[in-house]
Amino acid sequence: MGIAHRMAKKQREISVAEFFEKNKQILGFDSLTKALVVSVKEAVDNALDACEEAGILPDIYVEIENVAKDEYRIIVEDNGPGIVRKNIPLVFGKLLYGSRFHAIRQSRGQQGIGISAVVLYGQLTTGKPTRIISKIKEEEVAYEVLLTIDTKKNAPRVIKEIPRLWDREQGTRIEVTIRARYVRGKQSVYEYLQQTAIVNPHAQITFIEPDGKKTIFKRATDKLPPPTREIKPHPHGIELGELLNMARHTKAYRLTSFLTTEFSRVSPKIAEEISKKAYLYGDMRPQEMGIGEAKRLLEAFKKVKLMAPPTDCLSPIGETLIKKGLKNVLGSLRPSFYAQPVTRAPKVYSGNPFIVEVGLVYGGDIPKDQPVRILRFANRVPLLYQQGADVITKAISNVDWRRYGLEQRGGQGVPVGPAIILVHVASTRVPFTSEAKEAIADVPEIREEIELALKALGRQLRLYNVKKERKSKLSEKFFLVTKILPEIARKSAEIVEKPVPPLEPVISKIMNVVWIDEEIVKEDGRTKVNVRVANYTSKALHFTLYGDYPIGNIVETDGMAEEDYIRWDVDIAPVSYRNLYFILEDAEKYGETNYYVDGINPNIVIGAEPLPGDWNIKLSEIEEILEDEEENEEEEEELIDEFEEVIDDE
Amino acid sequence: MSSQEALERLYKIAEEIYEDLSQGEIPKMRLAARNRSNIVFNDRYGVWKYGDAKITRSAKKLDGAYMLLRTLYVMEFIKEMIRDKKSSTLREMYYISEGWGLAKFHSQDESNKLAEDLEVITGFMREDFKLRPEEDGASIIGNITIEEINRKGKPMRINCRDDVGDSGYLIPYNVEKDKVKFVDVDADFVIGIETGGMFDRLVENGFDEKARAILVHIKGQPARSTRRLLKRMNEELGLPVVIFTDGDPWSFRIFASIAYGAIKTAHISEYLATPTAEFVGITASDILNYDLPTDKLNDRDIAALQSELKDPRFQTPFWAEEIKLMLKIKKKAEQQSLAKYGLDYVTDTYLPEKLTELGVLS
Repeated sequence: MGIAHRMAKKQREISVAEFFEKNKQILGFDSLTKALVVSVKEAVDNALDACEEAGILPDIYVEIENVAKDEYRIIVEDNGPGIVRKNIPLVFGKLLYGSRFHAIRQSRGQQGIGISAVVLYGQLTTGKPTRIISKIKEEEVAYEVLLTIDTKKNAPRVIKEIPRLWDREQGTRIEVTIRARYVRGKQSVYEYLQQTAIVNPHAQITFIEPDGKKTIFKRATDKLPPPTREIKPHPHGIELGELLNMARHTKAYRLTSFLTTEFSRVSPKIAEEISKKAYLYGDMRPQEMGIGEAKRLLEAFKKVKLMAPPTDCLSPIGETLIKKGLKNVLGSLRPSFYAQPVTRAPKVYSGNPFIVEVGLVYGGDIPKDQPVRILRFANRVPLLYQQGADVITKAISNVDWRRYGLEQRGGQGVPVGPAIILVHVASTRVPFTSEAKEAIADVPEIREEIELALKALGRQLRLYNVKKERKSKLSEKFFLVTKILPEIARKSAEIVEKPVPPLEPVISKIMNVVWIDEEIVKEDGRTKVNVRVANYTSKALHFTLYGDYPIGNIVETDGMAEEDYIRWDVDIAPVSYRNLYFILEDAEKYGETNYYVDGINPNIVIGAEPLPGDWNIKLSEIEEILEDEEENEEEEEELIDEFEEVIDDE
Repeated sequence: MSSQEALERLYKIAEEIYEDLSQGEIPKMRLAARNRSNIVFNDRYGVWKYGDAKITRSAKKLDGAYMLLRTLYVMEFIKEMIRDKKSSTLREMYYISEGWGLAKFHSQDESNKLAEDLEVITGFMREDFKLRPEEDGASIIGNITIEEINRKGKPMRINCRDDVGDSGYLIPYNVEKDKVKFVDVDADFVIGIETGGMFDRLVENGFDEKARAILVHIKGQPARSTRRLLKRMNEELGLPVVIFTDGDPWSFRIFASIAYGAIKTAHISEYLATPTAEFVGITASDILNYDLPTDKLNDRDIAALQSELKDPRFQTPFWAEEIKLMLKIKKKAEQQSLAKYGLDYVTDTYLPEKLTELGVLS
């Protein structure tokens, strides 16, 4: 027996446990704190996937108990469809079970090492079995299974299986005890769940920490994300191992039919062309393909022109829901500005479709003197580690944020300022930097998409700051026309001994804006918001005002309360005011409402944005107009030299 | 009476404001831009005055609106003073504005600036508005006899060498002919001195008698009355005027305001400036020639010198050279640094040398 064969034999004998122990790092169990986050993540990702596949709004319960020093019990319970009795041991007790090799779709699972790895980790570090309770709707009872993994055979070993009553109609609960350490703050279970809640606004997540502290991330929408569609792999995105695997398992008898049936965008004509360029017979049996032949095939893939893969298989979160998720979870920071999130059109890198989405919140209680917080997501899963290695961080660092109003040394690097930036990359295959799947690799196509989206947000941020500045300038004018001007009129009339003239025409000339402002009154648990609309123009106006309040429920308003905004039809005479209001419940942490207007030139409106429907189209246009106006504002005022003569004349 | 005319002119401003308002126009005032880029040389008077650039102070901006409102209040205040035959210091007006509500001045700079603005707009002097500065303590020692009308309206003769104490004759705020007359003089020139220390040194050394000079302590940037008096001595008595200051950019500006006209008061330069005045020193060349003890220029000094290079008043070969030299050596010196060579050096050596160079002494 040759040395290679002897080694191979030995290799096979290495137990799963040993493999696990040696590769803890790759699997994400390299530190006690990280082990806890990774374990919760596996269980929660599974729970979310299960619910979504079954079309159920996820309701997830997460609890962490401190059992002994450095030993924690993780409990994750969902309202998903449940697992049929005979599959329970396989799902939780067999490594890599259920992963289908060439299923190409946007999924969370793509990133996981699988829940069974958590079961194994718990068993190896604490010696304790994992308890699973699951019930499907069709059954009267739930089944409780206590299991470990037989590391020699990579098979579940069921210790106990008992039917039991469970007050849930359906769902799954896992209790696994692992060696771990509980922390708060950065890279914690809390942070992971918080970020998960942002990008999964359709999920409700309840979290109980070891000290009993309970946090509920409330559901922000009842709309489930559309189910992701499975697509066949595109020849440009395939790797050697996968190709061999596909060839081995295909039902096709001929190479050409293998290519046309197992791949997307390959027509019979193109299949012929590929096999010719690979110097392979079209009727060769794919199951007999060797490495050399597979390599030639890969080369041939590159030489043919192919349509890009279909992109409608991706399921972005969407601009509206990103904003909702951000508001829902970050509302307590009272950001003063939520940029309209940007979902880019799908693009392709090496045969893999992907979509980039970004969001940004600014101001409020977000710290001003620290680097912006970056929330990274791949297929709706938060990425907490390896921020520096991620293409998202690189893209953010590449953008010159100084022009958009954030501090940034030399115009590169992570900017400093009161902002939180969210970036989500969805793809049928997210290119991670390593097996640990903690950071997205620097793929130029992806980086470019992220940068473009970030710049669009940056422009919004600048516009917001320009408007804010303009508003503060105008509030000076507001004082001028309401206080000083009437005094000038009164005094000059007194001196010339004539009646005080009406001031409306002059006021409209000085201001020439519609001013929308809110005042917040807290009264017995309710939040009353008085909205004042002042028409400082010389024309009567008619327009629609929308109030998009951040949190709470409307109990009363003089406008029309729609699903999650209020609408007013405003009729207003020249130089006059209208007072509007709404009252919110459950709005303890009320920040600012975003106001939108429609049916009026948005350039003359201060305190409201144009209605988002045409936001992106008009944005740059408005910006330019605003800047022009700013220049005119400068007037003839001349700057006097700083070192102008100082004369003590008196 | 010119106060009455000044009042009428102010009344007209109030009328214009009222007119604008009742016609739905934003009220405004136009006045000459009061900055370095808007001063031009006036051939007739040989001084620098405001050019044609105008700025608009309109009620569209907060500053302009405040100015209009305050003008109305100031007008009323002046009207009352004329009626009651009173006058007020600029500082008193600042305090009186406490009762003006929104028109209240927030600092004396604001009230002083408004008084100047009103001069520029109306073409009248602040004295016409019954506003006066406080005495600033500038003084004269030398053989000149002055007749001043005192508080009781009686003329009083004072010889500025024999009838005064060590501090000399204090220059009043009003030095016009109806208040101060020159009766007699026996001197060859007038020397304006920036610092009190150097003034005292020349007095103690008897420089006024030795050199037949009239010593004027100008006290830093000279007040209007000091500049006016220098001009009158120059024009009416035919005495050359020379200015002796520290050697730094700020002192160069003191000289410029005396000889060429100050930027802030360029509207009345023809009353205040003495175009034939000469600069004695300390110059940058003096620092080198007399090897004087120095201080290093700071950033503000350097910026001031660079600003002077662009100042139209300093566009002469002499100043261009001195300013550039000072920038080059990066040093400044005080007048009193001449004491390095002893207390008599300034009167025995430095001034005689420099004044001979200027042709004032022979």
